[in-house]
Amino acid sequence: MAQNNRPLSPHLMIYRLPLTGIISITHRMTGVVLALGLFAYVASFFIILQGNEAFLNLQAVLDYTLIRIAIWFFIYALFFHLCHGIRHLIWDVGTGFEKDEMDRNAIIELALSFVLTLIFY
Amino acid sequence: MVEFALPKNSKLQKGKEFPVPKNVTNLKRFEVYRWNPENGENPRVDIFHIDLDSCGPMVLDAILKIKNEIDTTLTFRRSCREGVCGSCAMNVNGKNTLACINAIEDYEGTIKIFPLPHLDVIKDLVTDMTNFFAQYASIKPWIETQTPAPADRERLQSKEERKKLDGLYECVLCACCSTSCPSYWWNSDKYLGPAVLLQASRWLEDSRDENTGERLDELEDPYKLYRCHTIMSCTDTCPKGLNPAKAIADIKKMMAIRQQG
Repeated sequence: MAQNNRPLSPHLMIYRLPLTGIISITHRMTGVVLALGLFAYVASFFIILQGNEAFLNLQAVLDYTLIRIAIWFFIYALFFHLCHGIRHLIWDVGTGFEKDEMDRNAIIELALSFVLTLIFY
Repeated sequence: MVEFALPKNSKLQKGKEFPVPKNVTNLKRFEVYRWNPENGENPRVDIFHIDLDSCGPMVLDAILKIKNEIDTTLTFRRSCREGVCGSCAMNVNGKNTLACINAIEDYEGTIKIFPLPHLDVIKDLVTDMTNFFAQYASIKPWIETQTPAPADRERLQSKEERKKLDGLYECVLCACCSTSCPSYWWNSDKYLGPAVLLQASRWLEDSRDENTGERLDELEDPYKLYRCHTIMSCTDTCPKGLNPAKAIADIKKMMAIRQQG
Protein backbone atom coordinates (compact mmCIF):
# COMPACT_ATOMS: atom_id res chain seq x y z
CA MET A 1 0.00 0.00 0.00
CA ALA A 2 2.98 2.29 0.42
CA GLN A 3 3.01 5.07 -2.15
CA ASN A 4 5.86 7.50 -2.83
CA ASN A 5 8.05 5.52 -0.47
CA ARG A 6 5.90 6.66 2.44
CA PRO A 7 7.12 5.31 5.78
CA LEU A 8 4.92 3.33 8.14
CA SER A 9 4.33 5.16 11.40
CA PRO A 10 5.71 3.41 14.52
CA HIS A 11 3.23 1.12 16.27
CA LEU A 12 4.06 -1.63 18.78
CA MET A 13 7.40 -0.04 19.67
CA ILE A 14 5.85 3.22 20.86
CA TYR A 15 2.37 2.19 21.97
CA ARG A 16 1.54 1.81 25.64
CA LEU A 17 -1.02 -0.99 25.64
CA PRO A 18 -3.54 -1.08 28.51
CA LEU A 19 -3.36 -3.96 31.01
CA THR A 20 -6.16 -5.74 29.14
CA GLY A 21 -4.05 -5.57 25.98
CA ILE A 22 -1.04 -7.10 27.70
CA ILE A 23 -3.27 -9.80 29.19
CA SER A 24 -4.75 -10.50 25.76
CA ILE A 25 -1.36 -11.25 24.22
CA THR A 26 -0.39 -13.27 27.31
CA HIS A 27 -3.56 -15.33 26.79
CA ARG A 28 -2.31 -16.20 23.32
CA MET A 29 1.17 -17.04 24.49
CA THR A 30 -0.08 -19.24 27.33
CA GLY A 31 -2.22 -21.01 24.73
CA VAL A 32 0.92 -21.91 22.81
CA VAL A 33 2.74 -22.92 26.01
CA LEU A 34 -0.18 -25.17 27.00
CA ALA A 35 -0.26 -26.84 23.60
CA LEU A 36 3.48 -27.54 23.72
CA GLY A 37 3.25 -28.61 27.36
CA LEU A 38 0.62 -31.16 26.40
CA PHE A 39 3.21 -32.86 24.18
CA ALA A 40 5.64 -33.02 27.11
CA TYR A 41 2.84 -34.38 29.29
CA VAL A 42 1.99 -37.14 26.83
CA ALA A 43 5.71 -37.86 26.32
CA SER A 44 6.05 -38.44 30.06
CA PHE A 45 3.43 -41.23 29.82
CA PHE A 46 5.46 -42.95 27.13
CA ILE A 47 8.57 -42.68 29.30
CA ILE A 48 6.74 -44.26 32.25
CA LEU A 49 5.65 -47.12 29.99
CA GLN A 50 9.34 -47.96 29.41
CA GLY A 51 9.49 -49.54 32.83
CA ASN A 52 10.72 -49.07 36.38
CA GLU A 53 14.12 -47.55 35.61
CA ALA A 54 12.68 -44.99 33.17
CA PHE A 55 10.12 -44.00 35.77
CA LEU A 56 12.83 -43.34 38.36
CA ASN A 57 14.86 -41.34 35.81
CA LEU A 58 11.82 -39.23 34.99
CA GLN A 59 11.20 -38.62 38.65
CA ALA A 60 14.80 -37.45 39.08
CA VAL A 61 14.50 -35.06 36.12
CA LEU A 62 11.26 -33.60 37.45
CA ASP A 63 13.03 -32.86 40.71
CA TYR A 64 15.43 -30.34 39.17
CA THR A 65 14.68 -26.83 40.43
CA LEU A 66 14.48 -25.43 36.90
CA ILE A 67 12.02 -28.11 35.81
CA ARG A 68 9.98 -27.52 38.97
CA ILE A 69 9.76 -23.81 38.21
CA ALA A 70 8.71 -24.66 34.65
CA ILE A 71 5.94 -26.91 35.99
CA TRP A 72 4.77 -24.17 38.35
CA PHE A 73 4.73 -21.76 35.45
CA PHE A 74 2.82 -24.29 33.38
CA ILE A 75 0.15 -24.70 36.05
CA TYR A 76 -0.14 -20.92 36.39
CA ALA A 77 -0.45 -20.62 32.60
CA LEU A 78 -3.22 -23.21 32.69
CA PHE A 79 -5.25 -21.35 35.30
CA PHE A 80 -4.57 -17.95 33.77
CA HIS A 81 -5.76 -19.26 30.40
CA LEU A 82 -8.86 -20.65 32.09
CA CYS A 83 -9.62 -17.40 33.92
CA HIS A 84 -9.19 -15.25 30.84
CA GLY A 85 -11.33 -17.72 28.90
CA ILE A 86 -14.10 -17.22 31.46
CA ARG A 87 -13.69 -13.45 31.09
CA HIS A 88 -14.15 -13.85 27.36
CA LEU A 89 -17.39 -15.73 28.04
CA ILE A 90 -18.56 -12.85 30.24
CA TRP A 91 -17.65 -10.39 27.48
CA ASP A 92 -19.56 -12.51 24.96
CA VAL A 93 -22.69 -12.09 27.05
CA GLY A 94 -22.21 -8.36 26.57
CA THR A 95 -21.07 -7.10 29.97
CA GLY A 96 -17.79 -6.12 31.59
CA PHE A 97 -16.82 -3.48 29.05
CA GLU A 98 -16.88 -0.40 31.25
CA LYS A 99 -13.64 1.47 31.68
CA ASP A 100 -13.45 1.11 35.45
CA GLU A 101 -14.10 -2.62 35.20
CA MET A 102 -11.26 -3.17 32.73
CA ASP A 103 -8.28 -2.94 35.06
CA ARG A 104 -10.16 -4.24 38.08
CA ASN A 105 -11.24 -7.44 36.32
CA ALA A 106 -7.76 -7.89 34.87
CA ILE A 107 -6.23 -7.81 38.34
CA ILE A 108 -8.93 -10.16 39.66
CA GLU A 109 -8.16 -12.71 36.97
CA LEU A 110 -4.39 -12.50 37.57
CA ALA A 111 -4.85 -12.90 41.31
CA LEU A 112 -7.43 -15.66 40.97
CA SER A 113 -5.19 -17.73 38.72
CA PHE A 114 -2.40 -17.31 41.28
CA VAL A 115 -4.67 -18.47 44.10
CA LEU A 116 -5.89 -21.43 42.03
CA THR A 117 -2.27 -22.41 41.36
CA LEU A 118 -1.54 -22.39 45.09
CA ILE A 119 -4.69 -24.39 45.88
CA PHE A 120 -3.84 -26.90 43.17
CA TYR A 121 -0.40 -27.36 44.63
CA MET B 1 0.03 -9.57 8.56
CA VAL B 2 1.87 -9.46 11.87
CA GLU B 3 5.12 -7.53 11.50
CA PHE B 4 6.83 -6.42 14.67
CA ALA B 5 9.65 -4.39 13.13
CA LEU B 6 9.28 -1.32 10.96
CA PRO B 7 10.21 -1.56 7.26
CA LYS B 8 13.65 -0.27 6.29
CA ASN B 9 12.46 3.11 5.04
CA SER B 10 10.50 3.71 8.28
CA LYS B 11 13.25 3.16 10.84
CA LEU B 12 13.74 6.13 13.12
CA GLN B 13 16.87 8.28 13.01
CA LYS B 14 18.18 10.76 15.51
CA GLY B 15 16.87 14.20 14.66
CA LYS B 16 17.80 17.79 15.33
CA GLU B 17 17.75 19.34 18.76
CA PHE B 18 16.56 22.92 18.59
CA PRO B 19 18.28 25.36 20.99
CA VAL B 20 16.94 25.89 24.49
CA PRO B 21 15.38 29.39 24.80
CA LYS B 22 17.32 31.75 27.11
CA ASN B 23 16.15 33.43 30.32
CA VAL B 24 13.27 31.01 30.72
CA THR B 25 12.29 29.10 33.86
CA ASN B 26 9.28 27.00 32.92
CA LEU B 27 10.71 24.71 30.23
CA LYS B 28 9.13 21.60 28.72
CA ARG B 29 10.85 19.17 26.40
CA PHE B 30 9.01 17.78 23.36
CA GLU B 31 10.10 14.99 21.05
CA VAL B 32 8.26 15.08 17.75
CA TYR B 33 8.23 12.60 14.87
CA ARG B 34 9.30 14.19 11.59
CA TRP B 35 9.35 12.94 8.02
CA ASN B 36 9.97 15.01 4.96
CA PRO B 37 8.82 13.38 1.70
CA GLU B 38 11.17 15.56 -0.34
CA ASN B 39 14.67 14.76 0.91
CA GLY B 40 14.62 10.96 0.69
CA GLU B 41 15.75 10.50 4.30
CA ASN B 42 14.27 8.23 6.94
CA PRO B 43 11.91 9.59 9.61
CA ARG B 44 13.57 11.26 12.59
CA VAL B 45 12.64 12.50 16.06
CA ASP B 46 13.32 16.23 16.65
CA ILE B 47 13.70 17.74 20.09
CA PHE B 48 12.11 21.08 21.01
CA HIS B 49 12.20 23.07 24.25
CA ILE B 50 9.18 25.20 24.96
CA ASP B 51 8.63 28.06 27.37
CA LEU B 52 5.36 27.11 29.02
CA ASP B 53 4.88 30.62 30.42
CA SER B 54 4.27 31.88 26.90
CA CYS B 55 2.33 28.86 25.64
CA GLY B 56 -1.32 27.83 25.77
CA PRO B 57 -2.34 25.00 28.11
CA MET B 58 -2.96 22.16 25.65
CA VAL B 59 -0.60 19.84 23.77
CA LEU B 60 -1.94 21.31 20.53
CA ASP B 61 -0.95 24.79 21.73
CA ALA B 62 2.63 23.60 22.13
CA ILE B 63 2.64 22.12 18.62
CA LEU B 64 1.25 25.37 17.22
CA LYS B 65 3.91 27.29 19.11
CA ILE B 66 6.61 25.11 17.57
CA LYS B 67 5.20 25.79 14.11
CA ASN B 68 4.78 29.53 14.70
CA GLU B 69 8.05 30.26 16.45
CA ILE B 70 10.60 27.46 16.06
CA ASP B 71 10.13 25.40 12.91
CA THR B 72 7.51 26.48 10.38
CA THR B 73 7.89 23.26 8.38
CA LEU B 74 6.25 21.14 11.12
CA THR B 75 3.14 19.65 9.51
CA PHE B 76 -0.01 18.41 11.26
CA ARG B 77 -3.79 18.48 10.98
CA ARG B 78 -5.90 20.60 13.29
CA SER B 79 -9.08 22.60 13.10
CA CYS B 80 -11.57 23.10 15.92
CA ARG B 81 -9.16 23.02 18.92
CA GLU B 82 -11.99 21.72 21.15
CA GLY B 83 -12.32 18.02 20.45
CA VAL B 84 -15.22 18.01 18.01
CA CYS B 85 -13.47 17.77 14.62
CA GLY B 86 -11.10 14.86 15.25
CA SER B 87 -8.29 16.31 13.11
CA CYS B 88 -5.48 16.54 15.64
CA ALA B 89 -5.52 12.83 16.57
CA MET B 90 -1.97 11.71 17.32
CA ASN B 91 0.02 9.48 19.63
CA VAL B 92 1.05 11.38 22.75
CA ASN B 93 3.30 9.50 25.19
CA GLY B 94 2.26 6.11 23.86
CA LYS B 95 -1.48 6.66 23.75
CA ASN B 96 -3.64 7.93 20.90
CA THR B 97 -5.62 11.04 21.70
CA LEU B 98 -6.71 14.46 20.49
CA ALA B 99 -3.89 16.94 21.12
CA CYS B 100 -6.37 19.78 21.64
CA ILE B 101 -8.16 18.35 24.69
CA ASN B 102 -5.15 17.17 26.68
CA ALA B 103 -3.33 19.56 29.00
CA ILE B 104 0.47 19.73 28.86
CA GLU B 105 0.62 19.75 32.66
CA ASP B 106 -1.02 16.30 32.80
CA TYR B 107 2.12 14.77 31.27
CA GLU B 108 5.24 14.38 33.37
CA GLY B 109 8.66 14.87 31.83
CA THR B 110 9.23 14.81 28.09
CA ILE B 111 6.18 14.72 25.85
CA LYS B 112 6.68 12.37 22.92
CA ILE B 113 4.50 12.95 19.89
CA PHE B 114 4.09 10.47 17.06
CA PRO B 115 1.59 10.19 14.20
CA LEU B 116 -1.28 7.71 14.60
CA PRO B 117 0.31 4.23 14.64
CA HIS B 118 0.71 1.86 11.70
CA LEU B 119 -0.41 4.19 8.92
CA ASP B 120 1.43 5.53 5.89
CA VAL B 121 2.93 8.90 6.73
CA ILE B 122 2.35 11.73 4.25
CA LYS B 123 4.45 14.26 6.14
CA ASP B 124 5.41 14.63 9.83
CA LEU B 125 2.23 13.98 11.85
CA VAL B 126 -0.08 13.76 8.83
CA THR B 127 -1.07 10.19 7.96
CA ASP B 128 -2.90 8.68 5.00
CA MET B 129 -6.51 8.06 6.10
CA THR B 130 -7.79 6.86 2.69
CA ASN B 131 -8.33 3.25 3.78
CA PHE B 132 -10.02 4.31 7.02
CA PHE B 133 -12.58 6.51 5.29
CA ALA B 134 -13.13 3.96 2.50
CA GLN B 135 -13.97 1.41 5.20
CA TYR B 136 -16.33 3.94 6.78
CA ALA B 137 -18.11 4.40 3.44
CA SER B 138 -18.36 0.61 3.05
CA ILE B 139 -20.76 0.27 5.99
CA LYS B 140 -23.18 2.75 4.35
CA PRO B 141 -23.29 5.37 7.10
CA TRP B 142 -26.69 6.72 6.15
CA ILE B 143 -30.28 5.70 6.76
CA GLU B 144 -31.58 2.94 4.48
CA THR B 145 -35.29 2.26 4.21
CA GLN B 146 -37.75 -0.06 2.45
CA THR B 147 -40.98 1.77 3.23
CA PRO B 148 -41.89 5.18 1.77
CA ALA B 149 -41.40 8.14 4.09
CA PRO B 150 -44.53 9.54 5.80
CA ALA B 151 -45.97 12.27 3.59
CA ASP B 152 -46.51 14.92 6.26
CA ARG B 153 -43.61 14.49 8.72
CA GLU B 154 -40.22 13.00 9.42
CA ARG B 155 -39.63 9.37 10.40
CA LEU B 156 -40.24 9.65 14.12
CA GLN B 157 -38.38 8.01 16.96
CA SER B 158 -39.41 7.53 20.59
CA LYS B 159 -37.18 8.81 23.40
CA GLU B 160 -36.17 5.24 24.23
CA GLU B 161 -35.25 4.52 20.62
CA ARG B 162 -33.21 7.71 20.44
CA LYS B 163 -31.46 6.78 23.67
CA LYS B 164 -29.97 3.71 21.99
CA LEU B 165 -27.82 6.00 19.85
CA ASP B 166 -26.17 7.65 22.86
CA GLY B 167 -22.53 6.62 23.08
CA LEU B 168 -22.51 5.89 19.34
CA TYR B 169 -23.40 9.12 17.54
CA GLU B 170 -20.78 11.21 19.42
CA CYS B 171 -17.89 9.59 17.53
CA VAL B 172 -15.86 12.19 15.57
CA LEU B 173 -13.99 9.61 13.44
CA CYS B 174 -10.57 10.69 14.66
CA ALA B 175 -9.32 7.08 14.23
CA CYS B 176 -7.59 7.04 17.64
CA CYS B 177 -9.27 3.73 18.50
CA SER B 178 -8.71 1.95 15.19
CA THR B 179 -5.03 2.85 15.11
CA SER B 180 -4.59 1.73 18.73
CA CYS B 181 -5.79 -1.78 17.90
CA PRO B 182 -3.06 -4.40 17.28
CA SER B 183 -5.59 -6.48 15.35
CA TYR B 184 -6.21 -3.49 13.07
CA TRP B 185 -2.46 -2.93 12.65
CA TRP B 186 -1.99 -6.45 11.28
CA ASN B 187 -5.24 -6.71 9.28
CA SER B 188 -6.38 -3.20 8.34
CA ASP B 189 -6.88 -4.37 4.75
CA LYS B 190 -9.66 -6.77 5.84
CA TYR B 191 -10.71 -5.95 9.40
CA LEU B 192 -12.93 -2.85 9.67
CA GLY B 193 -11.54 -1.73 13.04
CA PRO B 194 -13.28 -0.31 16.14
CA ALA B 195 -14.24 3.15 14.80
CA VAL B 196 -16.01 1.83 11.71
CA LEU B 197 -17.67 -0.99 13.66
CA LEU B 198 -18.93 1.51 16.24
CA GLN B 199 -20.54 3.37 13.35
CA ALA B 200 -21.90 0.10 11.94
CA SER B 201 -23.50 -0.42 15.35
CA ARG B 202 -24.90 3.13 15.28
CA TRP B 203 -26.88 2.31 12.11
CA LEU B 204 -27.86 -1.18 13.30
CA GLU B 205 -29.33 0.34 16.48
CA ASP B 206 -31.21 3.12 14.67
CA SER B 207 -34.94 2.36 14.88
CA ARG B 208 -35.59 4.20 11.60
CA ASP B 209 -33.17 2.10 9.58
CA GLU B 210 -34.86 -0.80 7.80
CA ASN B 211 -31.84 -2.62 6.39
CA THR B 212 -30.61 -4.25 9.61
CA GLY B 213 -30.54 -7.71 8.04
CA GLU B 214 -28.50 -6.59 5.03
CA ARG B 215 -26.11 -4.69 7.29
CA LEU B 216 -25.52 -7.83 9.37
CA ASP B 217 -25.06 -9.91 6.21
CA GLU B 218 -22.31 -7.51 5.14
CA LEU B 219 -20.48 -7.92 8.46
CA GLU B 220 -20.81 -11.73 8.54
CA ASP B 221 -17.21 -12.34 7.53
CA PRO B 222 -14.21 -13.89 9.27
CA TYR B 223 -12.28 -10.61 9.06
CA LYS B 224 -14.56 -7.56 8.94
CA LEU B 225 -16.05 -8.08 12.41
CA TYR B 226 -14.53 -11.13 14.02
CA ARG B 227 -10.91 -9.96 14.04
CA CYS B 228 -11.83 -8.15 17.24
CA HIS B 229 -10.17 -10.12 20.04
CA THR B 230 -11.35 -7.88 22.89
CA ILE B 231 -7.92 -6.37 23.47
CA MET B 232 -9.81 -3.28 24.70
CA SER B 233 -7.17 -0.81 23.53
CA CYS B 234 -9.91 1.07 21.65
CA THR B 235 -12.04 1.76 24.71
CA ASP B 236 -8.92 2.60 26.70
CA THR B 237 -7.81 5.25 24.24
CA CYS B 238 -11.03 6.90 22.97
CA PRO B 239 -10.66 10.65 23.64
CA LYS B 240 -14.44 11.05 23.63
CA GLY B 241 -14.94 8.36 26.29
CA LEU B 242 -16.91 6.07 23.98
CA ASN B 243 -16.82 2.28 24.09
CA PRO B 244 -16.10 0.69 20.69
CA ALA B 245 -15.33 -2.71 22.26
CA LYS B 246 -18.83 -2.81 23.73
CA ALA B 247 -20.36 -1.77 20.39
CA ILE B 248 -18.51 -4.59 18.63
CA ALA B 249 -19.66 -7.10 21.27
CA ASP B 250 -23.23 -5.90 20.72
CA ILE B 251 -22.94 -6.57 16.98
CA LYS B 252 -21.52 -10.05 17.67
CA LYS B 253 -24.48 -10.63 19.99
CA MET B 254 -26.95 -9.49 17.32
CA MET B 255 -25.33 -12.00 14.95
CA ALA B 256 -25.67 -14.83 17.47
CA ILE B 257 -29.29 -13.99 18.27
CA ARG B 258 -30.12 -13.82 14.57
CA GLN B 259 -28.63 -17.28 14.00
CA GLN B 260 -30.85 -18.64 16.78
CA GLY B 261 -33.81 -17.60 14.64
